[in-house]
Amino acid sequence: MGNKAEINPKKELSTGLETVAGDRKKTEALLTVEDLSLSFTQYASGLRQTELKVISNLSIQAYKGEILAIVGSSGSGKSLLAHAILGILPLNAKLDGKMEYDGKKLTQERKKEMRGKEIALIPQAITYLDPLMKISNQVIGSVEKEKESIMKKLQREVFQRYGLKPEVERMLPHELSGGMTRRVLVSTAVISSSKLIIADEPTPGLDDKTLNETLSYFKDMADKGCAVILITHDIEAALKISHKIAVFYAGTVLEVANVEDFKNNGENLRHPYTRALWNALPQNKFQAIKGHQPMQDEVIDGCIFYDRCSKKKAICSRGIPQLKQVNGGVVRCNNAS
Amino acid sequence: MHLKGENISFEYKKNDPVLKDVNISLRSGEVLGLIGDSGSGKSTLCKILAGYEIKYQGKVTMDGNEIPSKGYNPVQLVFQHPEKAVNPKWRMKDILNEGHLVSQDILEAFGIKNNWLNRWPNELSGGELQRFALARALSPKTRYLIADEITTMVDAITQAQIWNIVLNIVEELNIGVLVVSHDRNLISRLCHDTIYLKDINNV
Repeated sequence: MGNKAEINPKKELSTGLETVAGDRKKTEALLTVEDLSLSFTQYASGLRQTELKVISNLSIQAYKGEILAIVGSSGSGKSLLAHAILGILPLNAKLDGKMEYDGKKLTQERKKEMRGKEIALIPQAITYLDPLMKISNQVIGSVEKEKESIMKKLQREVFQRYGLKPEVERMLPHELSGGMTRRVLVSTAVISSSKLIIADEPTPGLDDKTLNETLSYFKDMADKGCAVILITHDIEAALKISHKIAVFYAGTVLEVANVEDFKNNGENLRHPYTRALWNALPQNKFQAIKGHQPMQDEVIDGCIFYDRCSKKKAICSRGIPQLKQVNGGVVRCNNAS
Repeated sequence: MHLKGENISFEYKKNDPVLKDVNISLRSGEVLGLIGDSGSGKSTLCKILAGYEIKYQGKVTMDGNEIPSKGYNPVQLVFQHPEKAVNPKWRMKDILNEGHLVSQDILEAFGIKNNWLNRWPNELSGGELQRFALARALSPKTRYLIADEITTMVDAITQAQIWNIVLNIVEELNIGVLVVSHDRNLISRLCHDTIYLKDINNV
């Protein structure tokens, strides 16, 4: 994958979506994450400390005008990746590896500066809302006095698009249903005009109509030149709008596949885990493979999927398989070719 | 053997009903799907059937009788977010056996490993916690299981694992299940029948 980072000198600082659209689309990676690892320092007993590794050897790229879906089971480190990009990890986190945004190193200071502006997060749960603050104030955020009425108007427009009734803006978070909360969270990002949108599980609990509508807004953002990272475990939703799918498992990416690879029995997919995930969907075979994703404190020498793999060989238990380019995608498996 | 809700109406605020004259009937051993738009009152209906919400109008009966408000509730409700249904300050083994001593068979069926029992809730993933929530809800005294989006937050493999186990157990124990989900593919895979709940505010 060519990810030349070129900086356009004419790039304006204004935050309008239009400025990033146009011919530069798809040429450069807006965000590059390389060999990222993340661990937490924990107290085991007394003053003895242990390191808990939650993400290892992780590489992804997000391109302008594209939607990268990150799918994987809960506990695979998807949300932590989002928090690492935004720089909102807790103090006991240790981050290693390379992160670049728009060709420049993404430092903690830069993350602080850009989050909520250049980079927006659509959070996973209702707990990210202030329980004592009215919805409209949370969606709009803090703005200057002059801008308030414009933002209010924009907020009403967005709410209307999402089928949120006018009285919702005066409600408190506990008065909303699950789906309504989701729509409120999505509208916070629609209103800000960011270039990198990270949506952390924005779809569960939405009915079909709202789901498709929510997805269409992400597509819209990508069409306008934003890079969208869609974190989800809903493969079907991801396939509807994404360009590439990164498959997470136990804190690392096992495969980056193209959307077209997900069809029939998954014979075009490169990793046995991706294939198992595809065949487990209720509309496919509803077939469950045995076993569990390894716990974070389990130390594994070889391939992280070794225990559950149907195609394992002796070599798979020794050393982590290298990332390989196969068929226009990337895979971390000894058997892929 | 039936769990019946008759003419159920409910409002959180005066003159703003969420449910109006809803009728629902679930047989023992039946797996029934419930689909509805977000905000149409599915979760509220679940809470009413399981006795969590008591200020409703209408009648909820099991085999013609009212469900006793004391003792073990034969109608067990399992939620979408298991992490909100467990005490964060208890170890998993205490959470598991809070209501009754969960049998070894059930633990084995759910693939709950012994070394999980000494962990705290925040050390387990959502899918693992949901297995605990289901294992403790499926006691021999349970007659009906209300599954409110129980696999919405887990990946496809875990979803298939969990439902395969649940379907086996409910068949064996002749438990009736109400499956609430937005996933039509899942509902048509699991359920004998499906009912649709309309948002009364949109009709």
